[in-house]
Amino acid sequence: MLRYILHKLALIVPTVIGITICSFAFIRLLPGDPILAMAGQHGVSPERYEILKEQFGFNMPIWQQYLSYVWNVLHGDFGISLATKRPVLTDFLALFPATIELALFAMLLAVALGIPAGIFAAVKRGSWFDQLTMGVALTGYSMPIFWWGLLLIIFFSGYLGWTPVSGRIAINFFFKPITGFMLVDTLLYGNWAAFVSAVRHLILPAVVLGTIPLAVIARQTRSAMLEVLGEDYVRTARAKGLSPSRVINIHALRNAMIPVVTTIGLQVGMLMAGAILTETIFSWPGIGKWMIESISKRDYVVVQSGLLLIALVVMAVNLIVDVLYAVINPRIRAR
Amino acid sequence: MKLMKSLLAATAIIALAAGAAQAKQLVFCSEASPAHFDPGPTTGGNDFDASSRTIFNRLVEFKHGGTEVEPGLAESWEISDDGLVYTFHLRPNVKFHTTSYFTPTRDFNADDVIFSFERQWKEDNAYYTYLSGLSWDYFQGMDMPKYLKSIEKVDDLTVKITLNEPNSPMIANLGMDFASIMSKEYADQLEAAGTLADFASAPVGTGPFQFVDYQTDAVIRYSAFPDYWAGKVAIDDLIFAITTDPAVRVQKLKAGECDIIPYPAPADIADLQADPNLVVQEQEGLNIGYMSYNTTVAPMDNVAVRKALNQAINKDAIIEAVYQGAGQVAVNLIPPTMWSYNTAVKDDAYDPAAAKAALEAAGVKDLTLDLWAMPVSRPYNPNAQRVAELIQADWAAVGVKANIVSYEWTEYRERGKAKDRPGAFQIGWTGDNGDPDNFFATLFSCSAIGVSNYSSWCDEGFEKLIQDAKTVPDQAERTKLYEQAQVVFKEQAPALTLAHSKVFMPMSKRVIGFTMDPLGIHRFDNVDVAE
Amino acid sequence: MTEITPTATERPRLAALAEFWHYFSMNRGAVIGLVVFAILVIVALFAPWIAPYPADQQFRDALLLPPSWMEGGRSAYLLGTDPVGRDMLSRLIHGSRYSLAIGLVVVTVALSVGIVLGVLAGYFRGWVDVVIMRVMDIILAFPSLLLALVLVAIMGPGLFNAMLAIALVLQPHFARLVRAAVMAEAGKDYVTSARVAGAGHIRLMIKTILPNCVAPLIVQATLSFSNAILEAAALGFLGMGAQPPTPEWGTMLASAREFITRAPWVVTFPGLAILITVLAINLVGDGLRDALDPKLKRS
Repeated sequence: MLRYILHKLALIVPTVIGITICSFAFIRLLPGDPILAMAGQHGVSPERYEILKEQFGFNMPIWQQYLSYVWNVLHGDFGISLATKRPVLTDFLALFPATIELALFAMLLAVALGIPAGIFAAVKRGSWFDQLTMGVALTGYSMPIFWWGLLLIIFFSGYLGWTPVSGRIAINFFFKPITGFMLVDTLLYGNWAAFVSAVRHLILPAVVLGTIPLAVIARQTRSAMLEVLGEDYVRTARAKGLSPSRVINIHALRNAMIPVVTTIGLQVGMLMAGAILTETIFSWPGIGKWMIESISKRDYVVVQSGLLLIALVVMAVNLIVDVLYAVINPRIRAR
Repeated sequence: MKLMKSLLAATAIIALAAGAAQAKQLVFCSEASPAHFDPGPTTGGNDFDASSRTIFNRLVEFKHGGTEVEPGLAESWEISDDGLVYTFHLRPNVKFHTTSYFTPTRDFNADDVIFSFERQWKEDNAYYTYLSGLSWDYFQGMDMPKYLKSIEKVDDLTVKITLNEPNSPMIANLGMDFASIMSKEYADQLEAAGTLADFASAPVGTGPFQFVDYQTDAVIRYSAFPDYWAGKVAIDDLIFAITTDPAVRVQKLKAGECDIIPYPAPADIADLQADPNLVVQEQEGLNIGYMSYNTTVAPMDNVAVRKALNQAINKDAIIEAVYQGAGQVAVNLIPPTMWSYNTAVKDDAYDPAAAKAALEAAGVKDLTLDLWAMPVSRPYNPNAQRVAELIQADWAAVGVKANIVSYEWTEYRERGKAKDRPGAFQIGWTGDNGDPDNFFATLFSCSAIGVSNYSSWCDEGFEKLIQDAKTVPDQAERTKLYEQAQVVFKEQAPALTLAHSKVFMPMSKRVIGFTMDPLGIHRFDNVDVAE
Repeated sequence: MTEITPTATERPRLAALAEFWHYFSMNRGAVIGLVVFAILVIVALFAPWIAPYPADQQFRDALLLPPSWMEGGRSAYLLGTDPVGRDMLSRLIHGSRYSLAIGLVVVTVALSVGIVLGVLAGYFRGWVDVVIMRVMDIILAFPSLLLALVLVAIMGPGLFNAMLAIALVLQPHFARLVRAAVMAEAGKDYVTSARVAGAGHIRLMIKTILPNCVAPLIVQATLSFSNAILEAAALGFLGMGAQPPTPEWGTMLASAREFITRAPWVVTFPGLAILITVLAINLVGDGLRDALDPKLKRS
């Protein structure tokens, strides 16, 4: 097992180096001058421009800039945002919990609805429930989620007034974050009303972000179940006269879950992409919105380190999924 | 331990919030996160709302709802006859905020004033480069280093500012955000502790509100400063809920999650006005959206061609389709609310037939032009792309083909500045201080070519008028000079003056006493909320 | 020749096609999807003749009109007009060209690049494989939309650049698929015997190995087609895709977003158009997968 993990880690090293090169190179290639981008409508004087260029190290040879960037990153220094003048890591850590909370909740929703729906659809294959579920799932899978989000806001927040429009918690709840996760923090403080408010704020964005994973999981669960139900040992179990629910629970489900777990892992990258759109629509103070705004502000340092940090997170999650997969399914390790 | 401490502090705060249900709270859904809370180096209206207009004061202040100045931290001032020496008499007994991170031991005095300017001016000041990549854009942009000779302390409550040459807009400049007065005592304390960066993230001022907390990109909290020199303000808690999307801001206002919002989308105005729970204030913005012709590139070096192109454009249609009525046709470069606006100037009337004839007379055939459209929405031009589409259609009707050109916003401005840039360039300006000089000289003086004179236009007569107006201290005389300048501008047509946008502030009926500010800043010191 | 590819005669191929169609046509959803997609193709091909007006003609007397069945609508503009008085229906019809073109170009580019890289990696193995697959890993480590956004920011916003960026982001999926298929096939007897018979590398790959991984490629291509349309629309929505006045659906949606409460139709219809198109293609994709996947056929 340890060898397997080490092997996986060794594979990751060149990828990480590649990612640092990419994120570094992308930013140098962006059009628009970062120093001018910081200036307001008056612009910046040529002398001042030169001074700033030196301060940011933009006058060094490009390879030297890269090496010092990597050196700093290895020391945990991801640079100082051009716009806010705060360390990028500080902003990242402040905003990341919001994205995680949203993504986890969305995933929870997707798993909690998607797996049972998939199982029932598979068991009742061809029934109206199966057809309806799969129709809805495919529609969800085809959904332009930015449009979906707008429609939901208009309907649930605007027209019905059931959910708050945006934000993470009602404004009159104010406390110092402990974990940064609203749901956890409110419970730690034991403030029930605040918790309810946080949940109400989370629902709509989570539904929007969870739509595609939900569809994917439901579909994947169904086909995995169908496959397993067709396997010989399940047929045998049936033939032996085990009750259908027992067959499904004990035999089919466990085996069907293996591909489903992988699918869930693969959705993490998707969630990060979806978070960009969802956070933009719901003014959710997370990583996705931060990245979009930094790209449009030409905050080079943030885009560069943000890309790197996000890629590292995605890779870390994928690694964990790989390892988990190997734990569930020992056959993998042998390969 | 640290966790425990913050836990305790936080539970206390929650309890306080719960217990203080009757505390008067105002929620402003602001349009963007502030970069930080030091108004010196920042440039955005959102930065100023969050710092200079809440936390800080200046020597002089703009009157609520106007561009005239009134005493602020300076009770009175004198200007020497040669216009070179300004003597300010400071207000006594002004307190700085007492916060969890700073307790002042003395009142505001001349040292604070000197520090506030020297940190932006003298390179040996520890705060000159206290954040990485700092630049004092407004201090530089208003040419302060050029004009300032010295700032001296006469006594604790008297400061003398000496200039190198007379500059009539100087008093107005001192009311601007970059001239906010900081606490020298706090700065020294941070310097001694080696935590200079806190100066921008944990601000201390003399203003109506004191800083409580900022959750990155989400919420800023302020509380009323009990010892404010002008008396404690009516509301107790001021909250900025950062909401970047205009449609979402409108929804939040309607849902009661915000009390007041800036910059609603023009499309939503009618709907907001119809809402019985809301009040929509409106005001002419102190801005101009215009389109610069490069006057050094043929055929636009010909006045007749520029005039004809102007005539071909149906500005009313643009106002309706793009500004959704939230704007008015711009006749002059300065908006009508600004002093010295010349009402006698007539705009080029929309007349495609005449335009076509004029172009033919000028020998221009099969003209193809670049038509530049900003990639971003600005207060003076909410949608330059849409404007470009409309102008393209208008010009096509007189036989001029336009190619719409756009770049990333900083690159757009950089390319636009080039002296040999072809075509017609959409751009605009928002007034900084209510002085006409801030429009005329900044945008169309000869020295601004390659900087912000996108027409590369240097007209001798115009230049003399605006330079004279800068040094003459008498406002009546300055008015006459600027009125003439507007006549020359319209005759020479270096640009199409497109529109002055209207600014709207929708708010809940419970908000009392909010006055809109022509400079586009949002102030809450005179606001109250109904119970 | 015939010994190595015994299946490459006319009759079995036809039979395979017939069998494929048999399974495909049993799937009602897939057939509906195919019909909708066919209609879309026809609409796109004949857009200038079908659309009532040119896509960029402005009717200054008809700004933001609602659809004809709503109060205030006019029969001349069936789905209403946009903020500068252009007919929504005409713009949507013209927009179908962009969406289909986006799908087509992206899939073509991603597929060809992916096949080349995948075959190289899978056939030659060794360091070629390592380098190519590491690069693919790097691309996949970034969330696709974020990577596409940064790429478009570098190259400049625009439809063409958006398509390139999306193609680059989708391409690793093809490369991985082809590599796996090539590796699986390369060890099989018929390939070994072909190699022994002296077939060249390129010939081996093109004639022998590739045809055997066509089925998963087709399915992946269909998925990528719909993905490309969604991503392009998302980029357009974030202002980084096609630029106005191009009647690309995502861009239309973005530039009309401010009207969502006052004139919901300018936002609703482009979104609906995207949804219907993507749904139709995904239905077809599902049908293809089921019909081509022998495992599912059995059960």
